[in-house]
Parts: sequence; C-alpha cells; structure tokens
Amino acid sequence: MAKVLMKGNEAIAEAAIRAGCRHYFGYPITPQTEVAAYMSKRMPKIGGTFLQAESEISAVNMVYGVASAGLRAMTSSSSPGVSLKQEGISYLAGCDLPALIVNVQRGGPGLGGIQPSQSDYFQATKGGGHGDYHLIVLAPASVQEMADLTVKAFDLADKYRMPAMLLADGTMGQMMEPVELPEPAEYKPDKPWTVTGTENRREHNIVNSLYLVPEQLEQKNLERYEKYASVEKNEVMYEEYMTDDADICVVAFGIAARVSKNAITEARKRGIKAGLIRPITLWPFPSGVIRKTADKVKGFISVELSMGQMIEDIRLAEECKKPVTLCSRVGGMIPSPEEVLNAIIKMEGGEN
Amino acid sequence: MYTQILIAGFGGQGILFAGKVLAYKGLEEDRQISWLPSYGPEMRGGTANCSVIISDTPVGSPIVSNPDILIAMNLPSLDKYEDAAVPGAQLFIDSFLIERKVARTDVKAHYIPATKIARDLGLPTLANMIILGKVIKETGVVSMDGLKEALSKTVSAKHADLIDANLKAIEAGYNYAE
Repeated sequence: MAKVLMKGNEAIAEAAIRAGCRHYFGYPITPQTEVAAYMSKRMPKIGGTFLQAESEISAVNMVYGVASAGLRAMTSSSSPGVSLKQEGISYLAGCDLPALIVNVQRGGPGLGGIQPSQSDYFQATKGGGHGDYHLIVLAPASVQEMADLTVKAFDLADKYRMPAMLLADGTMGQMMEPVELPEPAEYKPDKPWTVTGTENRREHNIVNSLYLVPEQLEQKNLERYEKYASVEKNEVMYEEYMTDDADICVVAFGIAARVSKNAITEARKRGIKAGLIRPITLWPFPSGVIRKTADKVKGFISVELSMGQMIEDIRLAEECKKPVTLCSRVGGMIPSPEEVLNAIIKMEGGEN
Repeated sequence: MYTQILIAGFGGQGILFAGKVLAYKGLEEDRQISWLPSYGPEMRGGTANCSVIISDTPVGSPIVSNPDILIAMNLPSLDKYEDAAVPGAQLFIDSFLIERKVARTDVKAHYIPATKIARDLGLPTLANMIILGKVIKETGVVSMDGLKEALSKTVSAKHADLIDANLKAIEAGYNYAE
C-alpha cells in the first residue's frame, strides 16, 4: 500500500478503525483533538459510533461498557484529561477488560500548557489510578509507529485481557510523516466472558471489579499479576541504535529518542561512541537489555521531557552498576540535539 | 541530502500550507519527510511557523532549530530566526513586508516582494506560493515537475478550483528575477 502523509493523531484514528475499532468516545483537548475530529468524520460513514461525551470520565466509562460487550473501543485525551479518566482506567483493569486509551501528552501538572511533554510517565507505567495494576504502555516515535502501535495495542489488550495505553506527546500528534497504513481487518471477537445476553443458553457472565470477600480479591490480584509476569516475559519491545560498540548509552523514547539520534550522529562524528536504547514498551520496561548493556558502557543518559521519571526504571534495571544522568527539559520545552550532545560529552569526560 | 527548512510568518499567510506543499512534493519524489507545525493559541495575525525536513536518509528530530533554508514572511520572523540559520543557508525574504536587509554575511539572502507580486497577479492570498517558487528555483530542494499532483493532494477537495492559481503563483515566483 502506498505511503500517505498524515498527522500522527490522524494515523492513530485511521489505524484504530482498520484494527476493527467501531466505538470511539472522547472529549476535545489540545494537542490530541484531531483524533476525535477524524473519528467524527469517519465513524458515521462506516456504521461506527463517534460520541463526544460530556466529560472525560463519562467517555472512559462508555469504553468500559463497550469493552464489557467484547468489542474494540477506545478513548483519547491529553494529560489533564487522562488524569480525569484514571478512575475508569482502574475499573477497566479491575474488570480485566481490553481497551485502548491514548494520551497525547502536554506539559503539567494541573492544566499546565499545551506543548509536548512526557511527564505522565509515572502515571502511565505505575498504575495511575487506585489499586495494584498495570497497563501495557506503548511509546511511538514516528507517525508510522502511531499507526502500527495502535493496532498492536488493541491486539495485546485482547490477548491479555487488559487495558493498553498509547503514550505519545504533542509533537508526535501534530507532526506529519509518510505512513503506510495497516490493511483493514474485520474484527471478530472471540471472547466467551462478555456480557452480550445469555439467550437462556448459558450461565450469565459477570464483569465486575467489586469483591467484598478479601480472600477472593487477593486471589484476583494474584492471578492478574501472573498475567502481568507473562506480559513482562513475552512482550518487551525496544530499538537499539549504534549500541554494539557504545561507551555511552542514551535511553529515550518518543520525541526525545528522535532528538537523541541527531545527538548520537554528532557525537560519533567527534569520535565519541554513543548509542541509544529506545524503549517501545514502557511497561513492560526493557530492563533486560539495559542490565546487559550496563556491563559494557561507562554510563547511561536518560533523555526525557520530564523532571526525571524513566530514569528511576533505568537505575532499577541496571542495579546502580553505572552512573545514570538526566538530560531533560520540561513544561513544553524539548531538549535540543546540542543539549543531549553536551550531556554525552560530559559523561565521556571531555571538554566541550 | 538532508535539508532542514523553516517557514515563518503571520498566521493567515499560508505558512503551514507552504510547508505541506513541500512535504507532499518530497513524498512524491520518494524522499524522507517530516512536517511539524508550531501549534498553540495561534490565530490570524499571530506568528506561525513550520519545520519541514526533506532528506534521503531517515529523519531524526523533526524540529528544525538551525535551518538550511529559511523563509521569512514578516519582520518578527526574520528577527527571530536570522541568527539560527546555518552558515551558508539560503534566506528568502518577503521584501515587500520586510524593509531591512539580512545582517549576516555568511548566508545567501534572496529578496522577493512576494506580497506585491501576488497582489499584482490578482492572487493576493498566494504570496506564500510566490516565495515557494523562488525557493524551488534557487535551492532545487524539490523539482517543479509533477508539482500539480503534489498541490492536488495538499489542497482540500472543496478548494480544488484553486490548484491552478497556486501553480500560477509558484511559477511566477520561480521566474522572478531579483
């Protein structure tokens, strides 16, 4: 299929439709509004549902309803809106429901700003709402990945019966790049647990997160964490860039990884062997490759659009074997390739 | 080739559109492309800019901080980005709206009264395409061949009648002698 030029936000929407999603519920917020706008145009033409809810909380609970019936459903928002959705996300996790939540991040906390950010990393990867749970968190770094990882997120959510999040940022949402869209697939749910009416032919199913007997609730949690262990074992995704002979390893995702690649190219021109590990799944985090890399590099540099959130997972992964420094900008600012290069030079021990 | 282009001006001058035309043309030529708009509380009359990268190798950061090609369609844009251009960069200035000259001597400045040319042609909203024509002529970043196809993808279906006007403006800029 020929490549087309699309905004990242539009690529998410089109890819979701091609993955068989026919139910989108949202509420507008910059910088992800194009997802909703695209859905509002396309869904009515293909017999799908686009609904602008009265609030983010309402939208995520509509997703809960559709997911309970076994169909592919999604919602999207940006940081302040995703905070509002946390109650519903916890319920989705507690009911073991597959669904897609998209967060095109902007600066925070509070209403913050509307420029790109990655400061919802903790919220996305450590649970976000109440209770013990995880989301599968995918971090696209191109418009192509905005499309591909949307499809992947739906597939993984179904495979493990758990909600997945696409964690993008304002740059990824707003930029246009050539994208080869996935082939449209008809979605045929195979989910015996859904609440779709028994027609008096089977026992009724229950989708619920309330367990008042503590032994039962404990058991539910333990089972869920067995599932999470299997996700951690089987679904880690990352990209390695020039790490084979690297002395310095940059770790960055999304837009920060794109900027870091420029800096690494420049560092190599100056004879500094820098490389990049780009986590594609933020949960499960690619701890294994970081642990292995720790044996052969001087140290790690975490490049983030936050005050330093992923850096904690890097340190846990490499068990403090090597120094980990932070190179970051916040509030909607993006580190320049020069800033990342300077961090590389500093770790190398050279003078700028 | 890895060409970083920054287009800047007032909202309403078609800054983002000019970037899109370049991006679609690059795509038609099978190049690697990125297009990134400034976004935010922008409005007609406010500032707008857009980063376009056209390359034969994968595009790293889509943010253009140090352009090889700078298009400045108003004075605040020239003031803001003149120093950011790389040495040897080509600067394209709408000299009808910007009275001052480029201060740097290590860049190549082109002065095109794009807004005036557009008005004289009866295409007052297409100064962006005039200046784009000149950019194509002087830099060869994309080719003039097949430009109509790229325009037909950029222009929305309901404005398809304006493709020829856009093409006319680009050709006028292409043929403008400083």
